[in-house]
Amino acid sequence: MTTTATLKHVRYVLTENPVTLFAFGLFGFILFCAIFGPWLAPYDPLATDGAATLRPPSAAHWFGTDALGRDIFSRVLVATRLDLGIAFASVILTFAIGALAGIAAGFFGGWVDRAVGRLADTIMAFPLFVLAMGIVAALGNTVGNIVLATAIINTPLYARVARAEANIRRNAGFVEAARLSGNGEGRILLLQILPNILPILMVQCSLTMGYAILNAAGLSFIGLGIAPPTPEWGILVAEGAALMISGEWWVALFPGLALMTAVFCFNLLGDGLRDIVDPRRRT
Amino acid sequence: MKDIFNTPLLDAQSLHKHFPIGKTPGLFARARGSAGPVPRLHAVDDVTFTIARGETLGLVGESGCGKSTLVRLLTRLLDLTDGSIQLDGEEIGHLPAKGFGKSLYRPRIQMVFQDAGDSLNPRFTAFAAIADPLRRLKPLPREALKARVEELAAMCGLPLELLGRFPHQLSGGQKARVGIARAIAVEPDLLILDEPTAALDVSVQVVILQLLDDLKQRLGMSYLFVSHDLNVVRLLCDRVMVMYLGRIVETGPAERVFRHPAHPYTRALLSAIPHFDQIKGSDGAASVPRLRISGEPRSPIDPDPKVCRFHGRCPQGTEACTQAMPLLQGVGPGHSVACHFPIIDTGIDTVRADTDEPDSLIEDVA
Repeated sequence: MTTTATLKHVRYVLTENPVTLFAFGLFGFILFCAIFGPWLAPYDPLATDGAATLRPPSAAHWFGTDALGRDIFSRVLVATRLDLGIAFASVILTFAIGALAGIAAGFFGGWVDRAVGRLADTIMAFPLFVLAMGIVAALGNTVGNIVLATAIINTPLYARVARAEANIRRNAGFVEAARLSGNGEGRILLLQILPNILPILMVQCSLTMGYAILNAAGLSFIGLGIAPPTPEWGILVAEGAALMISGEWWVALFPGLALMTAVFCFNLLGDGLRDIVDPRRRT
Repeated sequence: MKDIFNTPLLDAQSLHKHFPIGKTPGLFARARGSAGPVPRLHAVDDVTFTIARGETLGLVGESGCGKSTLVRLLTRLLDLTDGSIQLDGEEIGHLPAKGFGKSLYRPRIQMVFQDAGDSLNPRFTAFAAIADPLRRLKPLPREALKARVEELAAMCGLPLELLGRFPHQLSGGQKARVGIARAIAVEPDLLILDEPTAALDVSVQVVILQLLDDLKQRLGMSYLFVSHDLNVVRLLCDRVMVMYLGRIVETGPAERVFRHPAHPYTRALLSAIPHFDQIKGSDGAASVPRLRISGEPRSPIDPDPKVCRFHGRCPQGTEACTQAMPLLQGVGPGHSVACHFPIIDTGIDTVRADTDEPDSLIEDVA
């Protein structure tokens, strides 16, 4: 598989489906904000200004200011990196643990399957958000623990999808053929089965990204996640929630919109990612 | 010093494969000793045969008769319950299937799969598929590997420009060629062909069969040819083996078995080959009265070791068939049959006409 063929295929998928193109464009924009946000922000996101508290959106403050006079646009922009970082880290962790455990369970069956299955059932038995709250509350609310909690509650989803897909393929002709070719079981798992399941997991990945962002923001919203005054979408919405009633709608609305856009983008991205990773779509 | 001329390439002695079915008794049941014997499915039961160097042995039988299990035993993808498999006089049956991929014998037995599409990894290009066994079993430097894969593709009639394609971009016949190229890549002594043409349309079947025959001549391999298509078996195979419910019921030189089937099951199988004459009702040469067998096969789960497996479906079964399991016994040169009442004087050819001299048959047998 050459690089040029892959690039050609990516271009084909993007031009063929405008929704995918839009999703990738949006993703690029969010990524751009995450990387360059701190330099692009017009104000210091932590700088308070007693003279300009709770100002509605204006030319000087696009998204208005909050109760302490901080620029909401700057805070929303700077928060992108943290939120996306948590989501990325947790999804990578989930992917590594969930996909490998699930594939091993589906491929080997027997006690591996039972162990992974029971563990997944145990995690799924809790209301997931409450479980995440418990983990963060018990381990302390650091970024690392939020990533861990988010990863743990998403792992069963991956493990189940990977298990089901690996199980279908465990006796496929190409697996037998790989055994005849002298491949060991571990090699078959990683080089024969995993690449075939990757497209399906990619979709899952993208969906979990949205879910992970919501989860991290949710934890912060109820005060168990990132500690204020660090800008984070969940905290920003929480800060604005109380002000909604008194008419200062912009404080909660803009971080909420940012959160929604990110989740929306990752949900759209799933289909496009699958098309790119799946060679059967290549013509 | 072993005698390579008299040692068969593959010598399978009383192969058994039994699968325990249903739930295995729990820990407590086993500890109490109250667990009864687990029912066992006898997929392959006391199968003995040899394959000589350069020989093509055909294996026929209906679906579910244990052909696939036997093939998986021989390719060492499955552990034997009992029995011995010798390759060139060296025992390989006791090697666990799990570690067989690492053994020196692995390249010597290869297989072409029934469904070429299913047997190719959708994520591997044709090149990667053919190169895989070479990389694992006969490592070559990069350039030599490329040359070897291209040589194999050319040998199997696969255009070189298709090597970069994924399976879904190849036609059925091209996929079959990739499957064959992969199987012969490591120069096996024994190639097992599991209905290699079953998934192909008729015009492609012929070409692939010709390719297989041609490769056999060029590379001097032995074939075990598993097929439903009896005409193909007759055409390609030196000897044929008929399997029924896990047991070999008849074996012999292909031409002889097809002309004078001695087991009622073989006869039924052969008379099930469709002929134009039968449909048209013309007085053509092969207007054989159909021998139909009715009913379902006996259960392969814990079968009674004293009862003939074909009993109940057999048109000539008697009391004797429930008293003792018929064993393979010679009825002609290289021709054995497992039946108490083998049909020796009426072959399929003699059924249709009285003009056949019975003497010629008796000479054959003698």
